[in-house]
Amino acid sequence: MVKKKLVLSFPPRLIQQPVTNNLIRLFDLEVNILRARVVPREQGRIVMELKGSAKSLKDGLEYLEEQGVQVDPMVQEMRHYGELCVQCTACTAVCPTDALTVEPVSREIVFEPSHCIMCESCIAACSYGAMESQF
Amino acid sequence: MRSLEEINAKIKSGKVVVVTAEEVVDLVKEKGVKETARMVDVVTTGTFGPMCSSGIYFNIKQSTPKIKCGGGRVTVDGVAAYAGWAAADIMLGCTAMTDEDPRNAVYPGLFKFGGAHVIQKLVAGEKVKLQVRTYGTDCYPRKEYEAELGLSDFNNAVLFNPRNAYQLYNVAVNLGQRTIYTYMGVLKPRLGNANFATCGALSPLLNDPKLRTLGIGTRIFLGGGEGYVVWPGTQHVPNPERDAKGLPLTPSATLAVMGDLNGMNDHYLRAASIAGYGASLAVGLGIPLPVIDEEVIAYAAVRDEDITFPVVDYSEAYPLGRPGSLGRVSMAQLMSGEIEVDGKKVSTGGMASRARGREVARELKQRIAQGGFFLTRPVAALPGAELAQGL
Repeated sequence: MVKKKLVLSFPPRLIQQPVTNNLIRLFDLEVNILRARVVPREQGRIVMELKGSAKSLKDGLEYLEEQGVQVDPMVQEMRHYGELCVQCTACTAVCPTDALTVEPVSREIVFEPSHCIMCESCIAACSYGAMESQF
Repeated sequence: MRSLEEINAKIKSGKVVVVTAEEVVDLVKEKGVKETARMVDVVTTGTFGPMCSSGIYFNIKQSTPKIKCGGGRVTVDGVAAYAGWAAADIMLGCTAMTDEDPRNAVYPGLFKFGGAHVIQKLVAGEKVKLQVRTYGTDCYPRKEYEAELGLSDFNNAVLFNPRNAYQLYNVAVNLGQRTIYTYMGVLKPRLGNANFATCGALSPLLNDPKLRTLGIGTRIFLGGGEGYVVWPGTQHVPNPERDAKGLPLTPSATLAVMGDLNGMNDHYLRAASIAGYGASLAVGLGIPLPVIDEEVIAYAAVRDEDITFPVVDYSEAYPLGRPGSLGRVSMAQLMSGEIEVDGKKVSTGGMASRARGREVARELKQRIAQGGFFLTRPVAALPGAELAQGL
């Protein structure tokens, strides 16, 4: 089994197509949608976790590419700017997945992008503009 | 044990022994109060966090012809400043905003640029745009003036904070049903999180809880430069309830501080945009405590386990001014990342930065050890306090 967190960007013509449904039905992939934003006639974006055999995942991603869906790894989507961060730790209290934690001795922020589900709770919690979402 | 003059002589000769308020905890655990007091001359403290009661005043060089700002209207980078003084003195508070800012009309407001951001730009060496509109007089005929000015263009620029360095602060929670946006940060509903605003065992006024060695006239680390305690802070409470260790249990001491803005920097003066609340200035502030007797060390050995803070609901109790709290939690519990309120586990986050407060205490330690910072004797005690005998 392989697991991948991805950001899918759908061009307007694909918004009416059941692309995600096909990923499940045709490629036997387990799909967990973490976030989605669909603007009719403009763009659709979904953050999802895909789980399946290496082959299914490879085939599924090829299918997405054929359809014209842009696939990006999720790590680039949320940024922690260390030089702006003052290590106040306000973000850690609102992060639901422990993507933002405090190193207990140094009391500094540790950002683990692989745990991030792009909920963006940290953005409002940060008074210093140190968290930025590209979503 | 040792006088302030002896400590300053040791600073001058480079023989002074300085430790931070965190280091003193382990030292006392290992060697005891008596021996630590014999070894150590100075304990440095530090804190860093948003302190809304902060601002600057500055004096501009006159234009030709001259202009009288007093009684007119002044903005800096569009942010409203106060000019109700003489011709060229202007004050800018860190929470001031531009007229155009929607504030909370679009809720929660972002408060991207306010007085604090102007202050941060100035200490970072950037120029700001001053705009004056006023009435003309025979001696000050000019009515409008615009200029791009940096810190070095002013005759004087002073950080003046009427209320900083709270000794004790609330831990904020939200018992309501919707997310609220407060000066204690974003608080999620139904006890979603708990925010604290203190550096605990490193915090200046918690290491000298009875204010025995500091008062009006004490030289301090301020915003990366030097400053002074100039007065009790506004809302200073002279005689709070205290626990057995002398730590306050109810609202207590605050400080009014000031210092030359020249020499401060944007690492220790940082603009904060607190969502839904407003702009604020995060200030780095550190106070050196002279070890004139053993009691100084006994108090400075305070641990995060010892210090407790009241947990207060900011959905109703705080805005409606209802007294009481939901209980007390220790700094050690707050730093563990989780506290228990009403039987529910609640994750904790800070508004103050312990990491940067530590930088303040270490930098102050270094300046003293290198002979660049001398200690002062307070000229007067703060209200409710009694200065130590022999200071």
